[in-house]
Amino acid sequence: MTAEDEYAAVPIRVTVNGVSHDAVVEPRTLLVYFLREQLELTGTHVGCDTSQCGACTVHLNGRAVKSCTILAVQADGAEIKTIEGLANGDIFHPVQEGFREKHGLQCGYCTPGIVMTAVHLLETNPHPTDEEIKHALEGNLCRCTGYINIIESIKWAAAKMGGENVSR
Amino acid sequence: MFPASFGYVAAHSVDEALVLLEKHGDEGKLLAGGHSLIPAMKLRLSSPRTLIDLGTIPGLRGIRVDGDNLVIGALTIHADVASSDLVRKHLPGLADAANVIGDMQVRNRGTIGGSVAHADPAADFPVVLTALNASLVVQSSTGNRSLGVDEFFTDFFTTAMAANEILTEIRVPIPAAGSGTAYVKLPHPASGYVVVSAGALITVSSGSCASARIAIGGLGSGPIRAVATETELKGTSLTMQVINAAATKAAENADPTEDSYASADYKRHVATVYARKAIEAAARRAAG
Repeated sequence: MTAEDEYAAVPIRVTVNGVSHDAVVEPRTLLVYFLREQLELTGTHVGCDTSQCGACTVHLNGRAVKSCTILAVQADGAEIKTIEGLANGDIFHPVQEGFREKHGLQCGYCTPGIVMTAVHLLETNPHPTDEEIKHALEGNLCRCTGYINIIESIKWAAAKMGGENVSR
Repeated sequence: MFPASFGYVAAHSVDEALVLLEKHGDEGKLLAGGHSLIPAMKLRLSSPRTLIDLGTIPGLRGIRVDGDNLVIGALTIHADVASSDLVRKHLPGLADAANVIGDMQVRNRGTIGGSVAHADPAADFPVVLTALNASLVVQSSTGNRSLGVDEFFTDFFTTAMAANEILTEIRVPIPAAGSGTAYVKLPHPASGYVVVSAGALITVSSGSCASARIAIGGLGSGPIRAVATETELKGTSLTMQVINAAATKAAENADPTEDSYASADYKRHVATVYARKAIEAAARRAAG
């Protein structure tokens, strides 16, 4: 068996943001690079590339995960949602809106990952306390400004999703 | 960062994975959630020629009660352990541990079997499972065998499993009425890994401590039992003074290695503090 056979590329089928894709990937391809380079969905960022910073966070079968630490082949058959799949046309997801209203970003590099983490948090815990928000954000690093406005943004989104009349 | 090139095979049953493991020998490596293995491969600390994916095997994920045991499938993710009603009811100390591993995204992907089989000396599950006197069920082509946790972790990143065995289940005895379990850790501020941690299982009967198992992480190549502490707790009424005195013996036989974050003396000291916290929390839960 030659090395080429042995390390043969693998066919996968994934649904990303509701669209089914058939692709062929080298086994060592990380999910984040598959999304960015093969599907050209560059909203998901590579930060530390060592599963610390969370910039690469996407949803895999409804759970927030770090796509730099998952092989694309492991996502075969999975449903993936990236930051590009969050808004409904021109209408922002409440978490995206919250980040705009409460100044939850500065340079924006970490933002897609943090937004995906926050959406997963609010899907599993619609009314988190500050402590629960901080616990959920442990896997996301922001190096601009700290986390106060990020927490405010998530609370704003939680209030809006809970039907409260949120201030602007 | 990319891993070195490798071949990938998805297994669809434990039997198929065992055949693949035999076929690839030392050059094959089992992949569960991949949250220890993939980072190691990206750093080229590990370069297996073939990955055998267990994630495609149905039936290895889930938590159930079987007689006097809580049985956790090896592919159960940390988030499922942390949020399981069965775990929280019978073994809240196990939920404590699952809830402080890595971060939310890691808990959504990492598996209990992967953590146990990887046997990282700075991991959480090996410590709490040692306190809880768990058994590890492994399967090979010749059948199943069950290993007690005290004999399972043999060295740094090394277990008593043979190369042709696959971990399939973690069986944790459901403690008797009047028991409490707890796990606490001092995480490294950057990595979140254990600097020192402690797990405790305390059983109280007629107001006195009938049995105690205390395990400490971070002091050696794997979890260590704080035997002197356990002995000192037994037969007492678990007053604050008793717990304090017993906890000071938690690192008695330990010889931790110094690293850039913590000296050996500091680790020994923290072990006594965290042992006390774990015992106090377990005793509170035992009291209901």
